[in-house]
Amino acid sequence: MIFRRRIDVPAWGWTTPFGELENLRRQMDLLTEGMTRGLWRETSPGVFPLMNLTEDKDNYYVRAELPGLKAEDLDISVTADTLSIAGERKLPIENEKVKYHRREREAGTFSRILSLPAQVDTGRVDAKCVDGLLSVILPKAEAVKPKQIAVKAS
Amino acid sequence: MADTENKALQAKEKLEITGQAEQSRPGLVFNPTVDIFETDNEITLMADIPGAKAEDLNIDLHDSLLTLEVDVKSPEEPDEEDIFREYRTGKYFRQFRLSQVIDQSKIDAELKDGVLGLRLPKVEAATPRRISVRTS
Repeated sequence: MIFRRRIDVPAWGWTTPFGELENLRRQMDLLTEGMTRGLWRETSPGVFPLMNLTEDKDNYYVRAELPGLKAEDLDISVTADTLSIAGERKLPIENEKVKYHRREREAGTFSRILSLPAQVDTGRVDAKCVDGLLSVILPKAEAVKPKQIAVKAS
Repeated sequence: MADTENKALQAKEKLEITGQAEQSRPGLVFNPTVDIFETDNEITLMADIPGAKAEDLNIDLHDSLLTLEVDVKSPEEPDEEDIFREYRTGKYFRQFRLSQVIDQSKIDAELKDGVLGLRLPKVEAATPRRISVRTS
């Protein structure tokens, strides 16, 4: 019964025959906007390494791809609202006499500072570098954590 | 190598493969950066595949076509929300056609800190090629 009503009597209030078409177009715009936002949100800062910053309720997570680097090669420091990562990537050469077909990997130094969206608890920051992937867990400071506010029924 | 010792690294976006005709699964596919060099005895391939685990690695050499396929799982937990994203993760895929005959039995692969090192020993030219026919 409800289904029939939807087809016969449009309930979303269009006034012209083109109203529905306009509505459809607007929804398509929203859809494409949502898609491109999700896929192409990354912006390049022009500084190595590229990082992804995510958050959940308690922590911020910073991740960077650093193939070939170990935790001890990295110099990570953190203040209440910045994180800095520096290091050097070396490409060990075992044999000087090799002939190259391709040489796309690069060596060099890097140093980057990242501003965090809010204060973090510097004492509990944890960083690990596994399989060339650095992940830093930064617990949010208690003061900036979202708080549940109970509404009292009087 | 000496000239690059103190060079600052430049941020580079991963090269996405879009022209691959068929994909059985959705997801992004990237071209890993590689070094390929050879000595008289072997060809070595080094590939940067950060985030990859040894069990996700699929290396195949067939008719002198070397295929490298790596499935990288997203490191994010499901309840994490993006604040910003500068790189994306996905599969790595790359193929090479090798000009030299490789001794398949001696291929050695090592994955260390997100770098794959693949040693492909050349078949000695003097020894005749042995072809073992396997019955399946």
